[in-house]
Amino acid sequence: MRDSIKTGRVRSAWRWSANHVFTLLAVGSTVLVLAPLVAIFIYLLYKGASSLNWAFFTQIPKPVGESGGGMANAIVGSGIILAIASAIGIPIGIAGGVYLSEYGRGRMLANAVRFTADVLNGVPSIVMGISVYALIVLKAKHFSGYSGGVALGIMMIPTVIRTTEEMLLTVPSAIREAALGLGVPAWRAVVSVSLKTASPGIITGCMLAFARVAGETAPLLFTAFGNAFWSTNPNQPMAALPLQIYVYAISPYDDWHRLAWAGALVLIAMIMVSVSLVRYVASRGILKGAS
Amino acid sequence: MQPQGMVSSADAAASALEAGDGGSPSLIRTFLQGRGSSAVADGTFRNLMMLCSLSIFAIVAFIAWELVKGSSASIHEFGFAFFRTETWDPVSGEFGAWPFIYGTLVSSLLALLMAVPLAIGVAVFLTEMCPRPLRGPISFLTELLAAIPSVVYGLWAVFVLVPLMRDHIGPFLLKTLGWTGFFGGYNMGIGMLTASIILAIMILPIISSITREVMTAVPISQREAALALGATRWEMVRIGVLRNARIGIVGGVILGLGRALGETMAVTMVIGNSPQIAKSLFAPGYTLASVIANEFSEATGDLYLSALMEIGLALFLVTILVNALARLLVWAVTRGAPARVA
Repeated sequence: MRDSIKTGRVRSAWRWSANHVFTLLAVGSTVLVLAPLVAIFIYLLYKGASSLNWAFFTQIPKPVGESGGGMANAIVGSGIILAIASAIGIPIGIAGGVYLSEYGRGRMLANAVRFTADVLNGVPSIVMGISVYALIVLKAKHFSGYSGGVALGIMMIPTVIRTTEEMLLTVPSAIREAALGLGVPAWRAVVSVSLKTASPGIITGCMLAFARVAGETAPLLFTAFGNAFWSTNPNQPMAALPLQIYVYAISPYDDWHRLAWAGALVLIAMIMVSVSLVRYVASRGILKGAS
Repeated sequence: MQPQGMVSSADAAASALEAGDGGSPSLIRTFLQGRGSSAVADGTFRNLMMLCSLSIFAIVAFIAWELVKGSSASIHEFGFAFFRTETWDPVSGEFGAWPFIYGTLVSSLLALLMAVPLAIGVAVFLTEMCPRPLRGPISFLTELLAAIPSVVYGLWAVFVLVPLMRDHIGPFLLKTLGWTGFFGGYNMGIGMLTASIILAIMILPIISSITREVMTAVPISQREAALALGATRWEMVRIGVLRNARIGIVGGVILGLGRALGETMAVTMVIGNSPQIAKSLFAPGYTLASVIANEFSEATGDLYLSALMEIGLALFLVTILVNALARLLVWAVTRGAPARVA
């Protein structure tokens, strides 16, 4: 009798401590995960802000040995490459999402597209880079800004397709039926009713896809290639912010390291600001009615 | 009198509609005819949308075609032995991918070893224990980790993690675990272990967000049943939640593995880039993705380029398989719940 009480106590003590140990472990792992995030941001702010100045935004890189200089060409180059990428990725992605949600519900084909898009999302970006290299750069025989744009544009498509579909699925069927009931052609109902209603969400999705490719370096290594001078011609090798950060980070010069930190800070700030701005605007409903 | 009048006027309208010629056509009919049929526009629009969604298949086919075409010379020259050969010597024209496969596998598996327990811990904390006001901010922060570009992780690793490994963590590991032989040799700070740590940080958000998703999909009644039987919170999580969500969690882990296999920039910056197979984790290594990143643009000779293309093809096929498997597992668990983009 006493023994069973004793084992009962031991067991409950064991269960009690196991419970607390695992609670502690869960809390501890959360702290451990947040630590590098905080460390990265503190370092970025500390190192980046101290090297950020007006010249960074207005000058092109100085030759090795001269201090100063900036990344103006890389910022402009990134802008051009991302514009090309968006021009390719966003329309195709939105159209694909429209098909999945408005025409393809419950169809095998739509399921296959959905699955392939998810799988394509996981293909390493460097593989995208060498494929586009083989397609465009090998044939044109030179690196170019637009080949970088094509590589990033292709990478945007799966994300935009999936977010567009998801956002369109939240549009109530009653609205579509009301439009169709008024005799509006089906395509017009999709464009002016479904897409318009879901537009805040779709714009957010596009911005997320944009932010994802904005920081991509690997696909640009063999397509846009980078350029130490001013170039706004998409048919020529073009500088891009992530590429420049990479080149400067692995260089042996302190001056370039400082520029790399400043570049990383600008890149992160651009990504964060664009994403949170769009999220804020979308949540406030200001974009509603924008087509 | 009145009903009679209405019927007759309706009749008149119907006969006017049917008459077509003669008499004056109704306003509705003129409007509809004037606008033309929308069947053509509808069909075109629908097909255009379908074409855009089919572009996904075209992209996959295009990548596969370009890679197979580009690597045909290497496949022809080396055959399957390419993946077993240990020498990578571009100067003498000998190409074998084994050191890169080894480096990719070791760094990814080590990263999983570190990331999976932490990711599950975070997911358990967020879904089962976290006070409500903290839940939003913390999950936002972990997702912020996923938004940081790879090259910024690399930059941070080069200037913060590498010195830390060299001066503190490395010597500590050497002192405590040096006898295992995994932590020997010269510790430069860069190498397999550093690459694995940065990889673990990078794949954590995806694993924890998928784990969270499948854990939320477990019905609340499972938790209540476990608690009603007198389970402690940990027992409730173990019996009621983790057991039910395990397939989905495995899917999330495999998804993280897919990310780790293809991660390029951050790994290239800290792994040391030397095609060797060493037991010590301090030793530099090389991965499939980073050899492409480093050597592709300076590859001289068709065979060299073709060998790198074949490495790309291998990477493509492996990540396609891994991701397909992971998606199927996650879908099996969250079926019914709306899909989410990772």
